[in-house]
Amino acid sequence: MISKAKSDPALMVRIEQLNKWFGNAHVLKNISLNVEAGEKVVICGPSGSGKSTLIRCINQLEQHQQGTVEVLGEELNGSVKGLERIRRQVGMCFQHFNLFPHLTVLKNCTLAQTSNLGVPQDQAIERALSLLDKVKMRDHANKFPSQLSGGQQQRIAIARALCMQPKVMLFDEPTSALDPEMIAEVLEVMTSLAHEGMTMICVTHEMGFARKVADRIVFMDQGEIVEEAPPERFFSAPESPRTQRFLSQIINHGVHAQ
Amino acid sequence: MTAMNQALTLPLAPPRLPWTRRALTWTRSQLFPSAGHSLLTLGVIALLCWCVPAALNWLVFDATFVGEHARDCNPAGACWLPITQRWNLFVYGFYPQAEQWRVTLSFVLAGSAFGLLFFKRLDRRLLLAYLALLPIVMWWLLKGGAGLPEVSSTRFAGMLVTVFLGTAGMIFALPLGILLALGRRSKLPVVRLLCVLYIELVRSVPVISLLFMASLMIQLFLPPGSAFDILLRVQLVLILFTAAYMAETLRGGLQNLPRGQYEAAQALGFGYWKTMGQIILPQVLKQSIAPLLTQFIGLFKETTLVMIVGVLDIVGIAMSTAVTPEWVEYGHEIYVFLAIYFFVICFALSRYARHLEQRMEQSRS
Repeated sequence: MISKAKSDPALMVRIEQLNKWFGNAHVLKNISLNVEAGEKVVICGPSGSGKSTLIRCINQLEQHQQGTVEVLGEELNGSVKGLERIRRQVGMCFQHFNLFPHLTVLKNCTLAQTSNLGVPQDQAIERALSLLDKVKMRDHANKFPSQLSGGQQQRIAIARALCMQPKVMLFDEPTSALDPEMIAEVLEVMTSLAHEGMTMICVTHEMGFARKVADRIVFMDQGEIVEEAPPERFFSAPESPRTQRFLSQIINHGVHAQ
Repeated sequence: MTAMNQALTLPLAPPRLPWTRRALTWTRSQLFPSAGHSLLTLGVIALLCWCVPAALNWLVFDATFVGEHARDCNPAGACWLPITQRWNLFVYGFYPQAEQWRVTLSFVLAGSAFGLLFFKRLDRRLLLAYLALLPIVMWWLLKGGAGLPEVSSTRFAGMLVTVFLGTAGMIFALPLGILLALGRRSKLPVVRLLCVLYIELVRSVPVISLLFMASLMIQLFLPPGSAFDILLRVQLVLILFTAAYMAETLRGGLQNLPRGQYEAAQALGFGYWKTMGQIILPQVLKQSIAPLLTQFIGLFKETTLVMIVGVLDIVGIAMSTAVTPEWVEYGHEIYVFLAIYFFVICFALSRYARHLEQRMEQSRS
């Protein structure tokens, strides 16, 4: 199974027996997860379950101590040059957007293209504008991030990541820092991205989005993958009692449920 | 009801009083809000009435600006003759008369660096190239060689020394400070250790002792005969000293920047130097304009310490003027002039930094 996966060119991310510690705290325990091209995987779980740490290991914002992380067929270890090359093909959206406040929206979208991919300025601008158009932010191209709302900033952050023409997109709780009325506009952009066939790995509490878009839902608790299932089965017939408890909490509070 | 609705929809302009009323309100609320305040206001006004006219009389109205000798001075006012008579010495030091255009030119070049920074649309690379070349060109102009007759640096004195040390010091200290700050936060333990050692060592030694070291000790380590210009040696000390303090200022800025900025840059595939140069430093430098300027002003004032190791800067010239038999009575005027000279330059620098800060605010809203 594993050796077959290794040679599988459709495999975007392969994680095997991943272990990570923060000091003495064992935050990721024997995680194994494969993501195929075009697949949409939603990772959910209570806070502190290690889901953000896991997704951050995929582009090595966190370094793991044990196990294998392979992205686009290349194993990620200490080598910096290889890492930068991989990161350019893996887009990431953060909870707090992390736009560059000293640059205009347009420049936020073009800088990495021109500086890291060597795209000529005019092409970079063209690509940035068409992607800003897609997230409905083209009219704001010359503003600075501080002049925009959270939802607008997050859509720009998605466009900025897409400008690098990534093969995989990572979303680390992209709607958690947003006011309720702005969550929808960001989810809409993410949904349309999913329909276009982008490979996506999302850490999110938006169960409505997960049900509608995900091919597979991964439930984590205390650093372990507890359950992995397609959405219908995950929501209707969760196997583990921990998953059941999590789902009942989320649905009882009703905030994120559909 | 309709009238009320109308009133609600109309944008309300703030009520505008005639200026006399506004002046009166302002005076009452700002100058005489309470008995204690009123007393303080009256006290300050009395103090100003007492000393401002006297000072102006002494400095300007009764003062002597034209004349040649001490006997031309009006004893009731200040006598600026020691300065006007020795103006050439104050500005050019002992620089040969025929070559003084070189000093003037280097002043103009240094001054226009500030002028250039006012042009928004100027290509940044051009500006950086100008700033990088400026100290080298200034040194070549002053010192000579390569086509220009050489002038010994023992003839350098006065404003020439102050301006050269100040300008070149500012231009070199900032990049060095940036490198030290980055080094101090580096992941490589050797680099970090060296930077910490350097910064802590320099910061815990008074600048005067560093200057003495530069003037006396460096010669011991150099092979005999290879005299390293004293002016360059003190310049080096001033740069190294200021850079250590700047590094600490910038380190604070680097630490305060949210971690998300570093992470976003990494996630987009920026390498270390690109992350620093394009994402992190532009933000940190913008935030640090005010404290960096304080250090620039400090550096400019510290150039006066070079007098101690025998380089005659403008203070040196002033002191030697104050002990010449003819002008020995006019020490007050000479030192007042010095104070005005330093105040004008430092105040201009601080206004300039204020202007930069405001311009950056504007460009973001």
